[in-house]
Amino acid sequence: MRSNMSQITEKVTSGDIRTVAKLIRDIDDKVPEAREFLKDLYPFTGRAYVVGITGSPGVGKSTLVDQMVAHLRGNGKTVGVLAVDPTSPFSGGAILGDRVRMQRHSMDEGVFIRSMATRGYFGGLTQSTRSAIDVLDAMGKDYILVETVGVGQDEIDIVQSAHTTIIVLVPGMGDDIQALKAGILEAGDIFVVNKADREGTDRTVNDIRLMIEMDEKRYEAGWKPPILTAQAVFNKGIQEILEEIENHRAFLASSLERQSALRYEKAKNDLTEMVKDRIINEVLAEIVNSGEFEEALTSIMERRLDPYTACDMIISKRVKTGMK
Amino acid sequence: MERKGQTKQGQRKVRILVAKPGLDGHDRGARIIARAYRDAGFEVVYSGLHQTPEEIVQAAIQEDVDMIGLSSLAGAHMYLFPRVVELLKEKGADDIVVCGGGIFPQEDIPKLKKAGIKEIFTPGTPLKEVVGWVEEHVEPRQ
Amino acid sequence: MFKDKVIEKIALDAKKWQQVHQEAVAKTPERLRRFSTVSDYPIDELYTPLDIQEIDFTRDIGFPGEFPFTRGVQPTMYRVRLWTMRMFAGLGTAKDTNKRFHLLVNQGQTGLSTAFDMPTLMGYDTDSPKARGECGRCGVAIDTLSDMEVLFEGLPIDKITTSMTINPPAPVLWAMYIAMAEKRGISRQMIGGTIQNDMLKEFIAQKTFMLPPKPSMRLITDTIEFGTNEVPRWNTISISGYHIREAGSTAVQELAFTLADGIAYVEAALERGLEIDSFAPRLSFFFNSHLDFFEEIAKFRAARRMWARIMKERFKAKDPRSMWLRFHTQTAGCSLTAQQPYNNVVRTALEALAAVVGGTQSLHTNSLDEVLALPTEEAATIALRTQQIIAEESGVANTIDPLAGSYFVEHLTNDLEEEAFAYINKIDDMGGMVAAIERNYPQMEIADAAYKYQTQIDSKEKTVVGVNKYYTEEEFPVDILHIDPELERQQIERTNQVKECRNKGEVAAALDRLGEAAQGHENLMPFIIDAVNASATEQEICDVFRDIFGIYRDPGVY
Repeated sequence: MRSNMSQITEKVTSGDIRTVAKLIRDIDDKVPEAREFLKDLYPFTGRAYVVGITGSPGVGKSTLVDQMVAHLRGNGKTVGVLAVDPTSPFSGGAILGDRVRMQRHSMDEGVFIRSMATRGYFGGLTQSTRSAIDVLDAMGKDYILVETVGVGQDEIDIVQSAHTTIIVLVPGMGDDIQALKAGILEAGDIFVVNKADREGTDRTVNDIRLMIEMDEKRYEAGWKPPILTAQAVFNKGIQEILEEIENHRAFLASSLERQSALRYEKAKNDLTEMVKDRIINEVLAEIVNSGEFEEALTSIMERRLDPYTACDMIISKRVKTGMK
Repeated sequence: MERKGQTKQGQRKVRILVAKPGLDGHDRGARIIARAYRDAGFEVVYSGLHQTPEEIVQAAIQEDVDMIGLSSLAGAHMYLFPRVVELLKEKGADDIVVCGGGIFPQEDIPKLKKAGIKEIFTPGTPLKEVVGWVEEHVEPRQ
Repeated sequence: MFKDKVIEKIALDAKKWQQVHQEAVAKTPERLRRFSTVSDYPIDELYTPLDIQEIDFTRDIGFPGEFPFTRGVQPTMYRVRLWTMRMFAGLGTAKDTNKRFHLLVNQGQTGLSTAFDMPTLMGYDTDSPKARGECGRCGVAIDTLSDMEVLFEGLPIDKITTSMTINPPAPVLWAMYIAMAEKRGISRQMIGGTIQNDMLKEFIAQKTFMLPPKPSMRLITDTIEFGTNEVPRWNTISISGYHIREAGSTAVQELAFTLADGIAYVEAALERGLEIDSFAPRLSFFFNSHLDFFEEIAKFRAARRMWARIMKERFKAKDPRSMWLRFHTQTAGCSLTAQQPYNNVVRTALEALAAVVGGTQSLHTNSLDEVLALPTEEAATIALRTQQIIAEESGVANTIDPLAGSYFVEHLTNDLEEEAFAYINKIDDMGGMVAAIERNYPQMEIADAAYKYQTQIDSKEKTVVGVNKYYTEEEFPVDILHIDPELERQQIERTNQVKECRNKGEVAAALDRLGEAAQGHENLMPFIIDAVNASATEQEICDVFRDIFGIYRDPGVY
């Protein structure tokens, strides 16, 4: 096991595609051994710069990512791309179609593209995506672009794993921007209005600007998110986006205190999510397997017990809580 | 207890790459099959049109798929399909199952199978059968 | 349509009949839970004058050759001249296809139609790495003017019209045809034919693409302009619904998206500064003829009426010829089965019949073996005979628009028109077809319809004889056509020969001038003709366009 582990570590850090691909799969499928490999790889992470790209379906995220990869490669940087698409809640399957728009990079050895399905998490970013980011980091990629599903309100997850988060919108979103204000606008480090050749671009840009100006916390933090326009399909505005990413990167690096705070937040979120994940998978499974769950349900159905009491009974057997 | 779409520990999802090799632009079937696979619970990576065998194999490896489904309706399958199998072998990825769907003269089918294509699906095959074949013959990589 | 008193009585009688019908059905249920067309359009058990009450004969039906042309674009239709029997053909090299052309003409076809191979369709030469394994397999391989000359050798192109099914590189192949004709002493004012040249439907359905939408529209408008001024007998575009239907759309979608494409092309030409009546008469259309006999006939009639109304009311055309929807039809390839292939002869016959009763200007009938390979001579001949039997033996061509006045067909024609206009209005709201395509709207509609149809077949809600009903294990071996893989090597050699013998300086200069013009606003046709005359290859010319305008990539909508 030991020698196998160091073999995997060596393969990943030297950029072996097959090994990386299989490891990400194992993580996704929750293979227990995979966690051991992740432990081994952790010291090699922390080098890559992670950019999250998020927004509603149809705003052009994949096309934008495709162009960003081209520009980054032009600057001699290596890139990892994770494209996350929703799993169908009915069948448990998914069509992962983002890769289509980036296929021109598939033969480029400096680019690794991987499609992942949410597998039931609604935040748009799965636990395995976080770990996949770590793997691509250890693989040596300079930049990791993470494209997530646009479920509108809930892009907050990406913030916790990315250094810079880009929110992509299209002109004419109008009322949707009002709806977006909860959470998303705090999450965005850079705003991009794509398909800027369409009517309504100026209005959309202004709407976003108003939202940002109303949010005083921004000024305290010291970074005022720029609002850019782009036409990804025509390769317009991409250079500016990359420049702003570098600006943000410099801003983050400019204060040790800020860097430290960010690392703390990331570590906290990673650990919290991991623990939550284990609890749901293992503790809940144990509860179900023990038969107590079924018993409780029967009692509830026969109206001998209410769900609140049932829950207390189950939990108090396992956790010391303040609740009676 | 398991929410649909969440894998229990030890339970893998089958991953399939649906690909259109060559210049052929007929993608009605490939897109329908992709939907059918999704509705059956598989994760489907769709490659899009006009892929070279090299691009298909590279995508298959990066995505760590269990199976590649190749679609061809313009007659160039005798070069393209075996080439995909050949490249998988070269890259040490020949554990990936390769299937084909579309329009093939009867006599080409045994030749394709000999070249390493596990199964060929011709027009009129019900979706249930195409999906069922995967459920029976494709194991998620252990 | 009917006097009030008359219609009142009919309404009463109809009610009584309905009751009788209900009672009968209560005793013995109907064959199906639901009756519908192949497009899933619901069909009632009976149609009566009540269903066409709002029709005004003069306004909606009228006479052939008169607005709104529901009954046909000419006053004489098949009484004077049958539809052109134009069999789509192409295989292997130019020599092989030339042989097939001669066979079909000898067997009685009255127009030529060319199918090209995938590399040619996509603007690549046979020696391109992307073309590996594809030479001659779904049509003829054309790399240079020399190939075009061999393709039409011995054929009377001054007397017979030629259709070429080619899209992104259409201007190049057209230039080759023009140059070939002129070399034979036939002037460009004399030649007649069609280039498909309809990129919007490529983005929607057929997916042979090369350049992005805007430069594609520029090239198409260049050809329309050039044709208007210099090649007056040529249809520079065949606005197509065939492929949209093959990709899985319903009849209404085929109708709506095709006419919406037409609207987009007209608007582009008007923007170029062309007078509506100068180019509109040369716009032509191309529809599918699918399995549901009456739905297709209604579709063709609705198409004529809709286009006439669009041209007159929306675009203010004055010349009646601008309002004519002239169309070519092909029977539905997607309706054919690999199982029990001889059944396909019957399917094709019924579909061809619908096209003729629907008033098509020209017709291609599919061969029984096309689900398996390119057609053999025998199979192509049977397909041609199908048309000839319909023309000479069935009697349907004896009178014009025989089904007019049928309560069912007129009602269906109205309904299809109404639903299609609803789609067109929606597309207008999006900003037109180009905008709708960028939004993936028609593509998604088609994908949904295709998936729905497949699930209906799988659940046996819709029947496919020999596939999900009346299936048999028995094999029905059919001889099929083989394309010799050697041809690829031979073709590459031929093209290399041409490249050796040509004046390299001239080619380079011609391509340079083309590149410069492409970056400006001049009409590119003369420059393309110069380049083909210098023996530039198809790919060399297309590469100039790719370099300047960029390449369009499949957005992968599923």
